[in-house]
Amino acid sequence: MRDVAVISWAQSPMVGDAGALNEVELIMPVVQKALADAGLESVQDVDFTCSGSCDYLQGASFAFVSGVDALGAVPPIKESHVEMDAAWALYEAWLKIQMGQADSALVYGFAKSSPGDLPSVLSLQLDPYYLAPLWPDSISLAGLQARAMLDAGVISETDMAEVVVRSRGNARNNANAQLAGDVTIDELLAQPMYVSPLRKHDCCPVSDGASAMVICTVEKARALGHPYAVIKGIDHRIESNNLGARDLTRSVSTEQAAAAAGVAQGPVDIAELHAPFSHQEIILERALGLSEDTRVNLSGGVLAGNLMMAAGLDRIGEVAMRICAGEAGRGVAHATSGACLQQNMVVVLEAE
Amino acid sequence: MSQTSPDVLSQRFELGFTYTRSTGPVVGHFLTALKNKQLVGNRGSDGRVYVPPAEYDPVTAEALQDYVELGDTGIVQSWVWVNEPRAKHLMDKPFAFAQVVIDGADVPMLHMVDAGSESAMSTGMPVKLRWAETTRGHITDIACFEPV
Repeated sequence: MRDVAVISWAQSPMVGDAGALNEVELIMPVVQKALADAGLESVQDVDFTCSGSCDYLQGASFAFVSGVDALGAVPPIKESHVEMDAAWALYEAWLKIQMGQADSALVYGFAKSSPGDLPSVLSLQLDPYYLAPLWPDSISLAGLQARAMLDAGVISETDMAEVVVRSRGNARNNANAQLAGDVTIDELLAQPMYVSPLRKHDCCPVSDGASAMVICTVEKARALGHPYAVIKGIDHRIESNNLGARDLTRSVSTEQAAAAAGVAQGPVDIAELHAPFSHQEIILERALGLSEDTRVNLSGGVLAGNLMMAAGLDRIGEVAMRICAGEAGRGVAHATSGACLQQNMVVVLEAE
Repeated sequence: MSQTSPDVLSQRFELGFTYTRSTGPVVGHFLTALKNKQLVGNRGSDGRVYVPPAEYDPVTAEALQDYVELGDTGIVQSWVWVNEPRAKHLMDKPFAFAQVVIDGADVPMLHMVDAGSESAMSTGMPVKLRWAETTRGHITDIACFEPV
């Protein structure tokens, strides 16, 4: 295995409506900042570029190709795309480096989710015969999961509110956050039900924006002379698309990915968990086997701002930048995709 | 050359997929049975009964065939109350999405429950299938479930 370093990460402000800005205009600033922070002049200075986005959000097939306009890809570059969160674009770039076909890569993810009804759009990723015709939106499906946990007694509504209190509080230190502030458990539990048993604050907001990251071999990172975090383990697993066949109260695929990535092989100082719903953060903490010594979602997590198709990459960026800043020695980042945490990636990052 | 309106080439265009797709032996079997108002499941490698039937076992990936005919009643395993239906939802009044375990099956299926109000919903409640007025071999041949 070649050790791969994360050397820069840039994220746009997470906003509920980016207004007239199009995707290219969202991508350009973060790509330019990620390259500049890495000490690189242009996309021509990396060996490979990979992006994550979803054509369903733009409403046109091959819409992701327009994202390349943000790069300045003349002369032509080696480029790829995943119809997934950009955490999986990072995985493709990591593989490219493992194969010796690249020593450095630019990864970016973007989405302007606000023009559509995102929870309904997400129902189109479900089984096309048994589920999608019923339009089960992402919030309703997460609510089924929360109800299963509440009924089983493995969480309480207070536990869920605690996650939101911590998210909003931590997000006060995150300049890009969409939702931040001081709230109490009592205030949250006094809020009406949204899609019962979920209250509105149990659900991540809809956010527009983009993120970009530069990764490279450790040798190249040293040559560039910047602080960096090293990817020591990375793995992703998926579960059945049949929700009924899964135990929704736990995340088997996260447990498998955590074991393969080596989460338990050292102390976990910080963790960033891609939990779009409050109860899912609790599932993930348990699946990763995190102790009380781990500081979770110091950024506020995706309950404070959820850039579709970049939120998973953002978790990796948040952990990497804190390691670069010397705030942590070893951390875990998690990315998810699909309904009710169907697919999960776990990344272990360490200081050199 | 005519001095009236210029010739404009035009072609009618319908945006859509101009092909049909076979649903295959398992999904097709289920949907055809729905058209005849019959619920069909199948048995997984561990003996558990899936409805709708699974094409492949979620754990072993074995192709599954062993069909089981089922009745039209079941039990709510988990549910959410959709107080404000979204534009795409099939009901225009508050309803529940629920995981329903059909009597004789083991794995729950997702569908809607028309219960009128949230207070009429509870985990473990018995429900009965309501067929659509016309059935055409779609999952929506099941209009919803309703409290018994």
